Amino acid sequence: MDNSSRKVTIKAFRFNKETDYLPYYKSYEMEIGKDELILDVMNRIKWEHDGSFSYRRSCRHGICGACAIKVNGRATLACKQNAMELLNLFNNELVLEPSSKKRAMKDMIIDKKDFWDKHAKVTPYLVADVEPHPEHETKQSIEEADSFLDADLCIQCGACHYSCPVIEVNEDYFGPAAFVSAYRFSIDPRDSAGKERLEETAKMGQGVWDCVKCFECAEACPKEINPIEKITKLHNMQFEQGVARSNVATRHAEGFVRSIKKHGFLDEADIVLYSEGYLGMYKHLKTAIKMMKAGKIHWNDALPFVDNVPKSKNLDEIEKLIQISMTNKL
Amino acid sequence: MSQLHYALFTGCTAKQSTPELLSSTLAVAEKLGIKITILEEASCCGASHLQDFDEFLAHVLNARNICYAEKLGLTMITICNTCQLNSAMTKHALDTNPELKARVNEKLAEVGLEYKGTSEIKHFLYALTEDYGLEAIKDKVVTPLSKFNIAPFYGCHNIRPSELHHKSNGNENSYVPKSLDNLIDALEGHPVDYEHKNKCCGFHVELQANHTSEVLAGNAMVDAIDNNADMLVTPCPLCHLKMDTYQDDVGKVIGRDIELPVLHMPQMVALALGCTPKEIGLNFHVQPATQIIEEAKA
Repeated sequence: MDNSSRKVTIKAFRFNKETDYLPYYKSYEMEIGKDELILDVMNRIKWEHDGSFSYRRSCRHGICGACAIKVNGRATLACKQNAMELLNLFNNELVLEPSSKKRAMKDMIIDKKDFWDKHAKVTPYLVADVEPHPEHETKQSIEEADSFLDADLCIQCGACHYSCPVIEVNEDYFGPAAFVSAYRFSIDPRDSAGKERLEETAKMGQGVWDCVKCFECAEACPKEINPIEKITKLHNMQFEQGVARSNVATRHAEGFVRSIKKHGFLDEADIVLYSEGYLGMYKHLKTAIKMMKAGKIHWNDALPFVDNVPKSKNLDEIEKLIQISMTNKL
Repeated sequence: MSQLHYALFTGCTAKQSTPELLSSTLAVAEKLGIKITILEEASCCGASHLQDFDEFLAHVLNARNICYAEKLGLTMITICNTCQLNSAMTKHALDTNPELKARVNEKLAEVGLEYKGTSEIKHFLYALTEDYGLEAIKDKVVTPLSKFNIAPFYGCHNIRPSELHHKSNGNENSYVPKSLDNLIDALEGHPVDYEHKNKCCGFHVELQANHTSEVLAGNAMVDAIDNNADMLVTPCPLCHLKMDTYQDDVGKVIGRDIELPVLHMPQMVALALGCTPKEIGLNFHVQPATQIIEEAKA
């Protein structure tokens, strides 16, 4: 890759909530060197072109999370991201935008109220009944500390939160950063509020069951925390600790075992029936009829006494493995 | 080039509600002289829902699937992004965590299997673009798709998390994916450039968060249509199901009339290689797809 300095045009989102009716984009020409960061680019827009250009910055060390923005739609922590790398990736055209355009207050600065409100809802701190005058320190094994080590690296920059498509559609949804916090404290053996957090994150609409599994959060996180991995762990913990209640989402997850045990494959009609229940099935009738008309499924596919699901070869192995490996229960 | 030979993990969807995906995959392989051995022993990958219930069990079942590809000494190919993701996640977990691998192998030993980690796992899309090669595909085109503006829809689980997929997807960048665009180019179609090509279709919350699901699918389809797409093509049957079978409902939620044929990636390739719409099951779509192809021929 060619990394020599180059003259480029940087486009930046401009908006002042107090004076502008609509946002607009402004272009700035500059020569960018191989070691410059996106934060340097923003500094140069401010210092060399337009002193009114606004953005948050503080530590310059990837630890305060203030300078999270989006570059060509890609979540970027400006002080960690080399500009040349992005110029190469995006064909020398960079567009700087706030993490969330609809929350923009001034240029790159957004109102993160929703982020902090949701974060607060998962009790993002250690709840422990500590002796005021303990005789010895609270010990923790290396394995125990390791279980939340990476989740503890979260800097609350909001990169994952504002990359999550569910946040934009469902205003109740806690989002990946809040779930990382919920996981981090619930898995900590010194904490005693795990069950309450699991119950909050198990609720439909706001909790982990509304995750669409797009992995945008894993991609966006500048600290490589992999929030969706923690979301999966929270799902599992709900079953392990008996917090999961029978509903369409939990039955959908557990129903896979029922199908796989019987066929190896998933019985597509049965999983809908099992998750929704007979009464809930009516919602899918129209789609089922359309699929039948197109020949995608057959009229008797949804009948519980007709079994025309394909079977895996050596099905007995699968049954045995489920029997000896499964530990969770709904 | 020696003949390519893969172990095909069909997944559940290709065996049930999208039979056209399996038939078109086999048709493409035949036209290109790629040998396919179907892994009849394979089970469901868990589709990331079994993983939510019991992650360890999901690893055991996926490891078993991979064992059968290893026995054949072949690369395992998938034709569903979600199968790709979950198989690759198990492979990654077992290859990087010896303790987990030992625990999984302890279970597999009960049925006489052992996971070794010798087979690669790759989606058919990348078997075509990376192994077979775009130039070689170009040479085989008999019906160029030059009349069509085709919107590539990548599907999350082939491109994210990018570190997991890099080895098998030719270093595709999840923010600037190119493989499908390049494939459409090679078939002489016109790739549609639109913002939502690498976004989520919402399939996985179809049951429990229906509104979210419909809006996400709608945003993507409307974006494709507004950029003059005649059809949308995806390597993932789950994206296909969401966008094809629920298209009417999505339109109602979004408040737009949507009429967009949604093709499986192998169907598109098969068309360019000279297969008839019937051979590749275009008639199995809920949103009619046959007509647009016939009209273009006339």
